[in-house]
Amino acid sequence: MINKKAHLVKDLFSEKIEKVPTRNGYGEGLVEAGKKNKDVVALCADLTDSTRTKMFKDKFPERFIEIGVAEQNLVTVASGMAAVGKIPFVSSYGAFSPGRNWEQIRTTICYNDRPVNIGGAHTGVSVGPDGATHQILEDIAIMRALPNMIVIAPCDYHESRKATAAAAENGKPTYIRFAREKTPVFTTKMTPFQIGRAEVFRMGKRVTIVACGPLVYEALMAAEEVDGEVIDCHTVKPIDQDTILMSAKKTGRVVTVEEHQITGGLGGAVAELLVEQHPVPMRRVGVRDRFGESGEPDELLQKFGLKAKNIVAAAKELF
Amino acid sequence: MTIEELQDKANAIREDLIKMLVEAGSGHSAGPLGMADVFTALYFGGLVKYDPKNPKWEERDYVVLSNGHICPILYVAMAHAGFFPTKELMTLRKLGTRLQGHPHRTALPGLETTSGPLGSGTSQAAGMAYALRMDEKKNRVFVLQSDGEQDAGNTWEGVMFAGKYRLSNLTAIMDRNNIQIDGNTEDIMPLEPLKEKYEAFNWHVIEIDGHNIEQVIDAVNEADAIAEKPTLVLAHTIPGKGVEFMEKDFAWHGKPPMGPGEAMQALEDIHNLRTLGGKIVSEHE
Repeated sequence: MINKKAHLVKDLFSEKIEKVPTRNGYGEGLVEAGKKNKDVVALCADLTDSTRTKMFKDKFPERFIEIGVAEQNLVTVASGMAAVGKIPFVSSYGAFSPGRNWEQIRTTICYNDRPVNIGGAHTGVSVGPDGATHQILEDIAIMRALPNMIVIAPCDYHESRKATAAAAENGKPTYIRFAREKTPVFTTKMTPFQIGRAEVFRMGKRVTIVACGPLVYEALMAAEEVDGEVIDCHTVKPIDQDTILMSAKKTGRVVTVEEHQITGGLGGAVAELLVEQHPVPMRRVGVRDRFGESGEPDELLQKFGLKAKNIVAAAKELF
Repeated sequence: MTIEELQDKANAIREDLIKMLVEAGSGHSAGPLGMADVFTALYFGGLVKYDPKNPKWEERDYVVLSNGHICPILYVAMAHAGFFPTKELMTLRKLGTRLQGHPHRTALPGLETTSGPLGSGTSQAAGMAYALRMDEKKNRVFVLQSDGEQDAGNTWEGVMFAGKYRLSNLTAIMDRNNIQIDGNTEDIMPLEPLKEKYEAFNWHVIEIDGHNIEQVIDAVNEADAIAEKPTLVLAHTIPGKGVEFMEKDFAWHGKPPMGPGEAMQALEDIHNLRTLGGKIVSEHE
């Protein structure tokens, strides 16, 4: 049963559901944050259009800084700007930032405790034809390991917009990952969002499905078949222990779902929590220790076993 | 202070430096000794605006130490400037200290960045300079670099950025001491011609003898007067300057004087410098 308090769209499983890339939500969230606070600045590493930073650049050209193909510089310049009071958002593809500049993020942002927000676009295999180099599948793992860093994987356009606006105000280093493809817009303006608080989108009895990113939609479809309780775990760090544990205690079974390696990502985070606090049988749906490849986004989601039917199969292994 | 007083200050700073390194039992000697005159000029020659009682003073200048491993010299300069008691220098690298082995901003008021991994300071300083200029603020930003970290791509990314945006409020001072951990810089990864490289990236470059305090002061003032581009002060220094057995030997890059013998000899060398009227004799002069 869909949680009414989640305020999801009415015709949730309609074939005509609107589809918008989560990165568009990032661009709009940036503009929203920029309107609210003149200290918000945006830096980009030669990917201004595809990261949707262009929306901010068009609105506030004097607060946009082009860095060029230099991701280490991207985050270190941002750290310096934060040092004198700016609230920087840095954008690139996740493969390059935080993929290439992890140490600079660790030292000059996390350890140095500067509120730099990192937008990682083009995450997951659904990036499609560009192939494995551009399909980052390890970003959650490398960001989650860093002290001081907040890690968010929004599930759709609206949630991306809210997460971006919230990051501008949390005063902490924050990483937000986005997808390239158009994905269903199934939450609404009314859907609650708070960094660090997971949302129960669907109540169920037999299995808890903890998901993040656009695959939350696949989880909702799967839940219809297996009476699943679907948790939108947008904030992977700090993870919402209470919501996950309460549900795991109720259903006694957990499946995690993510477009990321199952080691170190959401699956890893949930496994760590459960094994210490409330061990229950568990399965992880995600990428299993391999790289992506070229193909159409949906073909790849099929090939890598990231569709609703794969979530159903994982859940049934626990019954 | 007069130049003579500054030279005397530099040697007093060197003495405290040796004492703290001996007490710590680990840490870098050569770089800090070689930069003692530059740091003295910065903090006591009227070049950097700071208020030790109010480290976050809005009008202060920002000093970014990119090569974090020479932090002992920054710590001694800060202690002499009144940011914290000089006796705290003896806690360097010990459990619970504010004087971490590599500088950690949130541990010690007055530090502007956390550093250690090389090559990231110039970009951070450039980010500060850019943001300060956005807000039409007059604060200057100084970044202290090593020559070894010119190997790092991140350094040149920052140099390119500062050149593009003509960050004239940014002054870099490079410790050109020709050594890095594995050997001499030109053997490890040749850097020359450094002056021409920076000029090609649209920087103004001033070459100086880094042990001549007058030259340091003149160069930093000249950098302030250059209104259309960032400035690099290429400071030729002698690693280990002031302690004869350490000078120009890369073996002293990353270790302190060990035991009473080396410590006494080092202090005696520095004492001799002081009794010679505080005059550092530099081969660059």
